[in-house]
Amino acid sequence: MAQMTMIQAITDAMRTELKNDENVLVFGEDVGQNGGVFRATEGLQDEFGEDRVFDTPLAESGIGGLSIGLALEGYRPVPEIQFFGFVYEVMDSISGQMSRMRYRSGGSHTNPITIRSPFGGGVHTPELHADSLEGLIAQQPGIKVVIPSTPYDAKGLLIQSIRDNDPVLFLEHMKLYRSFRGEVPEEEYTLELGKADIKREGKDVTLIAYGAMVHASLKAAEELEKDGIEAEVIDLRTVSPIDIDTIIESVEKTNRVVVVQEAQRQAGVAANIVAEIQERAILHLEAPVLRVTAPDTVYAFSEAEEVWLPNHKDIVEKVNTVINF
Amino acid sequence: MKYVLESVESQFEMFQILNEDGKIVNKDDMPDLSDEDLKELMRRMVYTRILDQRSIALNRQGRLGFYAPTAGQEASQLGSQFALEQDDFILPGYRDVPQLIWQGLPLYQAFLFSRGHYHGNQMPENVRALSPQIIIGAQYVQAAGVALGMKKRGKKTVAITYTGDGGTSQGDFYEGINFAGAYQAPAIFIVQNNRFAISVPVEKQTNAKTLAQKAVAAGIEGIQVDGMDILAVYAVTKDARNRAVNGEGPTLIETMTYRYGPHTMAGDDPTRYRTDDQDSEWEKKDPLVRFRKFLEGKKLWSEEEENKVIEEAKDDIKKAIKETDAYPKQKVTDLMENMFEELPSNLQEQMEEYKEKESK
Ligand SMILES: Cc1ncc(C[n+]2csc(CCOP(=O)(O)OP(=O)(O)O)c2C)c(N)n1
Ligand SMILES: [Mg+2]
Repeated sequence: MAQMTMIQAITDAMRTELKNDENVLVFGEDVGQNGGVFRATEGLQDEFGEDRVFDTPLAESGIGGLSIGLALEGYRPVPEIQFFGFVYEVMDSISGQMSRMRYRSGGSHTNPITIRSPFGGGVHTPELHADSLEGLIAQQPGIKVVIPSTPYDAKGLLIQSIRDNDPVLFLEHMKLYRSFRGEVPEEEYTLELGKADIKREGKDVTLIAYGAMVHASLKAAEELEKDGIEAEVIDLRTVSPIDIDTIIESVEKTNRVVVVQEAQRQAGVAANIVAEIQERAILHLEAPVLRVTAPDTVYAFSEAEEVWLPNHKDIVEKVNTVINF
Repeated sequence: MKYVLESVESQFEMFQILNEDGKIVNKDDMPDLSDEDLKELMRRMVYTRILDQRSIALNRQGRLGFYAPTAGQEASQLGSQFALEQDDFILPGYRDVPQLIWQGLPLYQAFLFSRGHYHGNQMPENVRALSPQIIIGAQYVQAAGVALGMKKRGKKTVAITYTGDGGTSQGDFYEGINFAGAYQAPAIFIVQNNRFAISVPVEKQTNAKTLAQKAVAAGIEGIQVDGMDILAVYAVTKDARNRAVNGEGPTLIETMTYRYGPHTMAGDDPTRYRTDDQDSEWEKKDPLVRFRKFLEGKKLWSEEEENKVIEEAKDDIKKAIKETDAYPKQKVTDLMENMFEELPSNLQEQMEEYKEKESK
């Protein structure tokens, strides 16, 4: 098996599907010759030609509309939004149009589009680049939201996302692109969308996270182990729809839960999970379900980013609260 | 059937006053500038070139954060800003920090902006401007609004906004020029066409031969100008300003220019998308070189004068960096303070939490 960074695994997944299906098209700002500003599409234009992998003019709404149109012509677009902070420019295409295409056409048109985009914080980008805006799209019926936390998951989930016959938003945490390597099979494989993964087993408390916060949770779990607390870490991998079964099974075992998200506290994915848990498993709970989140400000200016972002210490603190409740 | 694209496109010619050799090629349009003004333009370009070099070095040392290099674009940026009055309103893009500085933003604040400190976005009272826009195109629609506001109040001022060649592909670009046109609002829309949007050449951005011609569809004036010629950029901006405050509506100005450096200091590698030949062809058109020749010919500029400006710039930068370092670190609680006029209950609670965190 090869050792890959997450970004290499993502490139590999696109290469696999470009090979498998001539209808797959990869495009966006700077994705062609430049290989993307993060180099996620590095080498793909050379390998598959400008017909299949190409630069677009600079307009996110244009990229969204183009994707919808190409899908109507039978293509399987894999557009890139250069940074997810720019999503507001393409919001109508995503939420107003492609997510409703199957529904409003009574199933006569579909939009098998996979929008890829770097998101999340911690890498000192200028304003409006870093952010955790998955909650905005998770609230939109008609589109799946997938967020990998490891190179292995990234490849399997991206291939499956591209093959999915409905729109998928595939969010790639910027900080995870190159921060570590993991084993990734060279051959193709898929991972089911909407299925969480238990990244660490434990019996005392359940940590539910996704993206970079999976790693913060794993780090917290290591610290907690020193105090004899065994934390289970669930990586959601898809934040819409949510894998309720895996969550509830774990809650019934540990009876204590902390939900972790990098996004701000107000509304959001974590709030939804807490609601689902209390509706389905309140009698299994020994303590209130707590959240670790960023505060309710606009994403921090980079100088204050480190303090603003939630980290493993915040998680340990909240776990101690639910354990000692 | 009569189609007019070709004939319309061919009418957009690049306006120039000073050619590459520093010779006046267009006497009739020579702007009315005193010798002092001419020297001031040179002084600003030299100073800004040094600021660019130092900013790149400071970024490499980790002493500055986000930085978008400006070398090559001095004539476009400073020539247009020089045509403004202090009460005009600037809506810049991320590369347009020099215009803010010459309008009165202290250097240390420009550095704080680079570091990602909100004080870098707080304009001094005498500077009517927004901090540089990150979302490409957003400033264009807002400029139409500022300009309409000025018109409604009967002010004799303009809103000026900047984007790049890439920016002209955004919907906001078209909406901005069209709205300003519809209201005949006193706005000036500058497109600095430096040939690339990160890696994408302008030829891939649009099928239009010029970006200036996009004005036609909006029913406003558009002009393409040599963006390496500070006299030409000044002259067209000044004219656009005069017409705007006289109620003659907005103007779209395309400045033909080039950025010598990388797109930003965050890992862009121009060798992936540009050739050395292309770079050196544009360096021959350099705005400082040709203006220096012109001024030397008029005995208005010398090496000593230039060295004096260079030293002055270096000194200012040193002082400003010290000031930047000394400025209080930004806290999350500061950010909370800037969310609403009055803190809502969720933030009140979080304020307490973060005060405690920050006191540790
Ligand atoms: C809405 C939006 N999309 C994409 C970007 C990322 N981005 C930053 S600069 C840039 C290229 C801009 O090119 P151009 O308009 O020509 O200006 P230049 O950088 O050349 O001055 C891109 C794609 C952004 N900041 N905002
Ligand atoms: Mg450009």
